[in-house]
Amino acid sequence: MKRTFIKLMAVCLTLLMTLPMLSACGGSDEEIVIGAIGPLTSGAATYGTSVRNGIQIAVDEINAAGGVNGVKLKLEFLDDEGDSAKAKTAFENLMDKGMDVLIGCVTSGPSVAINDLVLEEGILQITPSASQKEAAQNPNSFRLCFTDPLQGTTMAEYAYNTLGYRKAAVVYNQDDSYSTGILETFRAKFTELGGTVAVEAPFSNSTEDFSAHVTKIQDTDADYVLLPFYNDMAAKFLTAAAAKSLSLPLIGSDGMDGILNYLQGEDAKLAEGLIYLTPFIASDPDEKIQKFVATYTERHGDAPDQFAADGYDCVYVIKAALEKAGVTSNEIDNAALIAAMKEITVDGLTGSVSFDENGEPMKGAKFAKVENGQYVAVQG
Amino acid sequence: MQTFISTLIDGLSLGSLYALVALGYSMVYGIAKMLNFAHGDVIMIGIYTLFVTLGAMGTSPLMLALSALIMIAFCALLGFTIEKLAYKPLRTASPLSVLITAIGVSYLLQNIALLVFGSRQQKVPTYFSLGSIYIGSVQIELLSLLILAVTVLIMILLALFISKTKLGSAMLAVSEDKGAAQLMGINVNATISLTFVIGSALAGVGALLYAAKMPWVGPYTGSVFGIKAFAAAVFGGIGSIPGAMIGGVLIGIIEAMMNVFLPDALSNASDGFAYLVLIIMLVLKPSGLLGRKQIEKV
Repeated sequence: MKRTFIKLMAVCLTLLMTLPMLSACGGSDEEIVIGAIGPLTSGAATYGTSVRNGIQIAVDEINAAGGVNGVKLKLEFLDDEGDSAKAKTAFENLMDKGMDVLIGCVTSGPSVAINDLVLEEGILQITPSASQKEAAQNPNSFRLCFTDPLQGTTMAEYAYNTLGYRKAAVVYNQDDSYSTGILETFRAKFTELGGTVAVEAPFSNSTEDFSAHVTKIQDTDADYVLLPFYNDMAAKFLTAAAAKSLSLPLIGSDGMDGILNYLQGEDAKLAEGLIYLTPFIASDPDEKIQKFVATYTERHGDAPDQFAADGYDCVYVIKAALEKAGVTSNEIDNAALIAAMKEITVDGLTGSVSFDENGEPMKGAKFAKVENGQYVAVQG
Repeated sequence: MQTFISTLIDGLSLGSLYALVALGYSMVYGIAKMLNFAHGDVIMIGIYTLFVTLGAMGTSPLMLALSALIMIAFCALLGFTIEKLAYKPLRTASPLSVLITAIGVSYLLQNIALLVFGSRQQKVPTYFSLGSIYIGSVQIELLSLLILAVTVLIMILLALFISKTKLGSAMLAVSEDKGAAQLMGINVNATISLTFVIGSALAGVGALLYAAKMPWVGPYTGSVFGIKAFAAAVFGGIGSIPGAMIGGVLIGIIEAMMNVFLPDALSNASDGFAYLVLIIMLVLKPSGLLGRKQIEKV
């Protein structure tokens, strides 16, 4: 019985190993293969799925309009479950599938893990959403989203210059480098501008009760509260803030996007008035955005988030670079393509973007506000 | 001063919750001589039960009362089942095996919740919207006072139950000496089961108050909270009912004070400082604040 099982396993394994060979033969010679890696299963699945859906819509649009200089695009998206080791395997598999350009990874850890592999292959890499600084450091790697440090600076400028606030209270997650990273650059910029940070109240991943944090803020004369952390903890903070009648304006980082998924119905008023930085707002009246939102909603049943928009924009950035480099077949000169990346400006869903010497995006920030249980774009 | 009073009340209400959970730990340890590390997870299951029942039936006072009853009964049943299936077969095994089993049960409950509800935290519908009163400019949440009052009431009831009723005396007897209690005609197994049922029902009451204050639940909600409550039980002297109460309240107040009054440069270590106090206390008095000194007779 046991022996049959082992034999069966052996047969299965052999079959599994031959599978990639078969599929490698399947790649068409006439298409540019855009490979992408991100989590489609596991806890971070929503991010990868959104990015994939966004990319697919852009690819379909471009192909329907005749492709890039007449060459069609093809998307190959592989799941890494947000895991570094699996991302490496996915990358090798994509190379076997004839990948010409890589979009990924979606999350920071795997992005950092595959960087050197991508550098060896020399192909263009652009990450839609890995915000950790180290995720796009190689000469062939680019980033579409804001880095964590850049968010801190942007929020400091917005609070000081646009909103006219002078005294900040910051609540941050000491267990999360995303949160502490933003705090550090925020603090540096805000004090440089002339503001003061009245209080910094840390919490940890296991914090459930934010009453003490709210009391600590109320003890100061801060004129607003900065919340550079993710929406799940923010929902807990907002519950405590409401119970203790905290009346200060609240400003969040892009991790705040999706807060209303946690606060539905009556609870949405807990987040009323909250302003947060985001690259993309689905309710933005912009024509391009509304067209994308309509297509996305029709295909997937719900409105796209920033990750979908990031994925979509990545494809148009690649298209612009391919055109700039004069690519007319799937024979791509990687060096020329990478050089072209630094010359293009793309007016995307997440704003008008160009790239600096280090492959970092140069684009304006958008701010969204929660109003009557809806995300609304803040003008200016 | 205003901040101090506010913080004190924050600490009192958080501490009362710790105390309520610590009561469960302490009672089970005192009588069954085992650490039920799954206690925090029973709270988590309790909150999920509330999430389901309140979500289905609404939060009108009648439905709330019904939901609370269902939830507390469910917790008690869960405690009974865990004891029967996981702990009773190990009655004569070494304490270490029982401890490991308890940790196993804790992970089991967390993973069941993960399987059924997913990893995303859920919002329990709001109930007990009591509002606040103001004394001068100090805001006092009525919920905080309710939590404190319920905890004190339960502690008194529990102390009365153990000292005044036959079943309570049986529990005391079992905690003193299982063998002798058996010889006196006490059904040891039933008594230990009853201890678990009461302990888990307390976890249910804890869940009711916990979710009123912090209405968010995920698969790991109760676990760190449970560990802190356990620390509170040890702080107060494990096995002692007033000890659990005092330990819980003190841990809550120390934690809140550390969060608010430590300077920013040190505030990252606020949990560290809270537990430093615990370590110093235990070094000075190893049996806890109100713990009995065990004299080993040779």
